[in-house]
Amino acid sequence: MRKLMTRRRLIAAGAAAAAAPLLTGCDQQLSDAPQLRWFLDLGQAMSLRAQRLLLAGQPLVREYTMADISPDFPPNGTAMPPAPLYRQMMMRGFDNWKLTVDGLVRKPLTLSLEDIRAMPARTQITMHNCDEGWSAVGQWTGVQLSRVLAEAELAPEARYVVFYCIDELVRTPDRSGFYYESLDLFDALHPQTILAYDMNGKSLPVRHGAPLRLRVERQVGYKHAKYLTRIEAVERLDRIGKGKGGFWEDRGYQWYAGL
Amino acid sequence: MAVTEQSPAVPAIPAVAAPAVRRGEVMYRHGAVVRVTHWINALCLALLLMSGLRIFNYHPALYWGNYGYRGVPSFISIGAIEDSESDEITGITRIGGWSFVTTGLLGVSADADGDPAAMAFPNWITLPGGPGLALARDWHFALAWLFAVNGVLYLLFGLMSGHFRRDLAPAAGELRPRHILAQVWDHIRLRTPRGEAARRYNVLQKFAYIAVIFVLLPVMVLTGLTMSPAVTAAAPVLFDVFGGRQSARTIHFLAANLLVLFVLVHVVQVLIAGAFNGMRSMITGRYVVRPERGA
Repeated sequence: MRKLMTRRRLIAAGAAAAAAPLLTGCDQQLSDAPQLRWFLDLGQAMSLRAQRLLLAGQPLVREYTMADISPDFPPNGTAMPPAPLYRQMMMRGFDNWKLTVDGLVRKPLTLSLEDIRAMPARTQITMHNCDEGWSAVGQWTGVQLSRVLAEAELAPEARYVVFYCIDELVRTPDRSGFYYESLDLFDALHPQTILAYDMNGKSLPVRHGAPLRLRVERQVGYKHAKYLTRIEAVERLDRIGKGKGGFWEDRGYQWYAGL
Repeated sequence: MAVTEQSPAVPAIPAVAAPAVRRGEVMYRHGAVVRVTHWINALCLALLLMSGLRIFNYHPALYWGNYGYRGVPSFISIGAIEDSESDEITGITRIGGWSFVTTGLLGVSADADGDPAAMAFPNWITLPGGPGLALARDWHFALAWLFAVNGVLYLLFGLMSGHFRRDLAPAAGELRPRHILAQVWDHIRLRTPRGEAARRYNVLQKFAYIAVIFVLLPVMVLTGLTMSPAVTAAAPVLFDVFGGRQSARTIHFLAANLLVLFVLVHVVQVLIAGAFNGMRSMITGRYVVRPERGA
């Protein structure tokens, strides 16, 4: 009896896992109904407007001291990109890794880790917030994104900056499962928005996005793209990926995630 | 304020001057603004609770200070443990040093097929009623805006119309310990007010409403804002007020529990005092004042 129950439950667990998207789909349908979706979109729009107003003076997030750093720091998303190319670069200490900066810039750049480390650095101890509810404190060193964009000479029509990653979070035949993210210039040019290569005084660990990751301190974890390979300045986001501005955004997450 | 249109059977009396109450007299208890904002508020709080519980399910542990994640000691957590031999899963709710088996309600409850599955709060009480963190957040914040706009309208009305001063502020006499104790004794005996006393909120009711309107709900809003990295960039003082990001999250959760407790007591009190009469007064405004005992 007990065994039967267990087997039945095992099968049911499989069925439940298969049905979970359906269940969500049902709620999704409910929330996608135009009568309700406008209400949720209005909420998003109001939060963005209100927070942009609050942050008009571009204040910095609070920075902490070494003593405040949390003993551990869980990784968001991937802890080890599966691509063989990534493994190979990792073995070589990322000495053949390159960051491309292109799109709506006058001077496209190809930077090595050495080039980036040679640029003026900013170190900040900040709180990282996952949208699930946990938070951790860590120290980050990197180059301000605004500095890189200045060097590349951003074109006036550029409105967004897109971050491409080597990390293929979902493997699909059409290769649409690569992680990517985007910011508008309001957050991209903020002084604490950095491309970090050091964490807690050491080279960025693999699980935290080695060799280079984004820190965008006024938004939650999934905006902080890891394993960067390319930065593209664009005028609009709708032709990239599924058009919503990021891996999670293409899957229903909010593009603006200041919460 | 007198009721102008009424059935001949129920003559209205003005709420201000109060002669001896006759049988089944009707007063105009709640103004339109109070009634409309009350129900919008009730809807918002119910859905905020449900979407909040869904968000909570993605990290069902509470910490103090600025950081908190799996491995950091939490003082409240809801989880599931699996018996490797029997495959049974058991829901465990831990509060400080105490652990409780809460299978069926917390930690483990029925999934879409009715089979036990690990989840902090059960699907039937959350919005959405299954996986969907981004959707839960969409609901939570859209509702938070509606709640805030509704609340601000209510506060402005309460201040400008005299509603707070007239209906919520306790009179000097009501604050005497003897009066408060008498009220407590009446509540224990479930004696509901009649006649003149039924026209006003009693002093314990006033305390409860004041605590909820001016303490609990503002704490909910402010601790909610303290969880936003954008808002705390503009107002880092929120960290100092609530003790950090995780502390704010914990206070938000505990205050939500107190709100649920308030609503339960509130509903029970309405049932005791007369469910139909109470509901009608909050829908149409009309409230029957029962005559004094022996009148």
